[in-house]
Amino acid sequence: MSKIFVAGIGAVSPAGWNVPALRGALDKGEPLPVQSLVRPGWDKPLHARLVPNPPVRPEFLAHPRLRRTSPITHYAAAAALEAVAGLRANPAAKNFRLGIVVCLQSGCVQYSCRFYDETLKDPATASPLVFPETVYSAPASHVAALLENVALAYSLVGDPSAFLQGVALGAQWLEENRADACLIIGAEETNWIIADALWHLDRRAIVAAGAGALCLCRDLKFSAGVELSAITDAHTFSARQNRAQAARAMRGQLGKNSPGELLCDGIGNSPRTDAAEFAAWSDWSGPRVSLKKILGEGLMAAAAWQCVAACDAVATGKFSAANVSLVGSNQQAIGARFTEVAQASRL
Amino acid sequence: MLFPSTPSSVEPPRVVVTGAGIVTALGLGWKPNAEGFRAGRRAFRPVTLFDVSRQRVKIAAEVDLPKNFPATRLSRRQFERLDRAGKMLFLAVHEAWQQAGWEAAENLPLVLGTTAGGMTLGEAYYRQAVQQPQRHRGQATRAVQYQAQVQARMVLDALGCSGPITVISNACASGGSAIGHAFDLIRSGQAERVVAGGYDALGELVFSGFDSLQALSPTICRPFDAKRDGLALGEGAAVVTLETLKSAQRRGAEILGELIGYGTAIDGHHLTQPHPQGSTTLTVMKQACASARVTPEEINYINAHGTGTMLNDSSEALAISEWAGPRAATLPVSSTKASIGHLLGAAGAVEAVVCLMTLREQWLPPEMEFETLDPACKFPIVNKPQDARINVVLSNSFGFGGVNATLILRRWA
Repeated sequence: MSKIFVAGIGAVSPAGWNVPALRGALDKGEPLPVQSLVRPGWDKPLHARLVPNPPVRPEFLAHPRLRRTSPITHYAAAAALEAVAGLRANPAAKNFRLGIVVCLQSGCVQYSCRFYDETLKDPATASPLVFPETVYSAPASHVAALLENVALAYSLVGDPSAFLQGVALGAQWLEENRADACLIIGAEETNWIIADALWHLDRRAIVAAGAGALCLCRDLKFSAGVELSAITDAHTFSARQNRAQAARAMRGQLGKNSPGELLCDGIGNSPRTDAAEFAAWSDWSGPRVSLKKILGEGLMAAAAWQCVAACDAVATGKFSAANVSLVGSNQQAIGARFTEVAQASRL
Repeated sequence: MLFPSTPSSVEPPRVVVTGAGIVTALGLGWKPNAEGFRAGRRAFRPVTLFDVSRQRVKIAAEVDLPKNFPATRLSRRQFERLDRAGKMLFLAVHEAWQQAGWEAAENLPLVLGTTAGGMTLGEAYYRQAVQQPQRHRGQATRAVQYQAQVQARMVLDALGCSGPITVISNACASGGSAIGHAFDLIRSGQAERVVAGGYDALGELVFSGFDSLQALSPTICRPFDAKRDGLALGEGAAVVTLETLKSAQRRGAEILGELIGYGTAIDGHHLTQPHPQGSTTLTVMKQACASARVTPEEINYINAHGTGTMLNDSSEALAISEWAGPRAATLPVSSTKASIGHLLGAAGAVEAVVCLMTLREQWLPPEMEFETLDPACKFPIVNKPQDARINVVLSNSFGFGGVNATLILRRWA
């Protein structure tokens, strides 16, 4: 069993287009401003936390493959490039074979809605340029084309907890030497239909968009000072195990409180939705950060932000370890633990 | 723990198939499908599921769902929440489960491939939201039930099982990727048995998408034919129960075949077009052979991805021809998409089950409408029903976005 390290992290969120922007928002601890989304046929708008326009147009958008892509690919690509920046700057990693796992819950909703709308109006004029961008695997494909040297790529669909399944898959590929580094990306874009769906399920949640990425490696010398120390089992919700029981089982695998540890949880502003996770961590007396209260319900992107925030807290020396709690909406509960690597380089 | 996983100190275990379930437009279950594929029957008819009057192409291979479904542990109300795709998935899982003789269990991994999950529910959500914006009835249920992981959970609940669910959406390679990933889980010692497969139902958005790309054949889908003019769409599901040889032997289970190799890679050439020389296809076929420890000379049949589009088939033909070398001249190849259309996320899984049929029953599935060989093909296309001695078969699956997956299966004798 080889050790797995975090070589880099990346984030695009309502706070901005990089990890420092995410860190700044979390340090400030205040909920970010909310924007309105027009819902056809309703006077009252829906609410969302959108990704602000970047201060300058990212250079990667000039890549021919990214010309017609939707925001989810832009977010995934930006987070991926930030996460691999350290590796790409290291001549020793020049020929690294990359593995990519892109995790999504809603996926490419903007072009899907656009294309289906065109189909309903008149399928004879529906745009062939839009349709290919509707598939779940489009972001993974574009990121692979952008980064080159990509040996293999999967797109995983699930509730937000699936992000840690993606991390486990990346670790497996590294252990089996199928790649030299693995990028795990969680990404979502949003529009009125996603805000509408969330409104039907949880009226206090505010939908958000963006992406987060972890770059994993096997070799300590590429580490950013963080080690992946554990990912719990996937505690699936079922007829025999409800969400609260699954959350407790996950919590039970992550160990007791220890001084100097952080908890990055998925608790938002919805007592009913949050109850299972809140109860599972009721014994936690240490510091915690609840990203969704600040950034919104970013679905798979939020799960990725939780992991990015955990790794950042360890990498910047604020904590010696950080736990991540992902109690998904309709699939499973999974947790993870990231720890400090002694004498390793910092992010 | 998902990580660190328990290290396996022994040789990776052999992986066998002890159950298979299949639903296509040829029928529900192994028998009607085996008869149909063996005869090269074609299952296309005018689309009835949605309005195609303004589409360029108006046929597809629709599945006839039964009026009555097998008993499940779900309530009638819960079962009715499954959409067409979920019901096809349930039928395939149920057949494989019965055949395997497995009993309800906890911690049974389920790995599924799909491109759309419950997309028809997503479409219904959108239509109601824009056409009746003040009406909310059913919307919350649709918002949950369209998600593939929810359908997967319901299928496990229907069988009285639970376990980790992985949904892979590598476009049209999803089914092959799912079975390959299940193979990896068993080989790495992370699981002793896994349920794996793929499913997708015909939907208006996807049909319109392929029609808009002018990728659908306005005549007859004829993979690898020089005069081919596009693909045909279908729907369905297929599921296999995989377990270690040791587990199967311990149970005294009937073994349908052995899964011996898997290869996967991504082609970064274009979102919807394969590399013209088929370089990634060549890579994954080599990977799968290395994993299976077989050479092209030992392969007796290839179930090609073979969509019937100009670009896919010429690229795949070049890759197969180069990979096989002199063996190509006598290596039988066909694409069963000529019979049931392209099943997208289900395709790789359905074609793996077709491969099991060829291994078990010793015949080759023909493309009955095949006429003229594309010059890029250095191999013969099976174009009439025939029996054959088959020990090892290879199945290719490729998807939008560039994921290629190859599976290799061996006869269990």
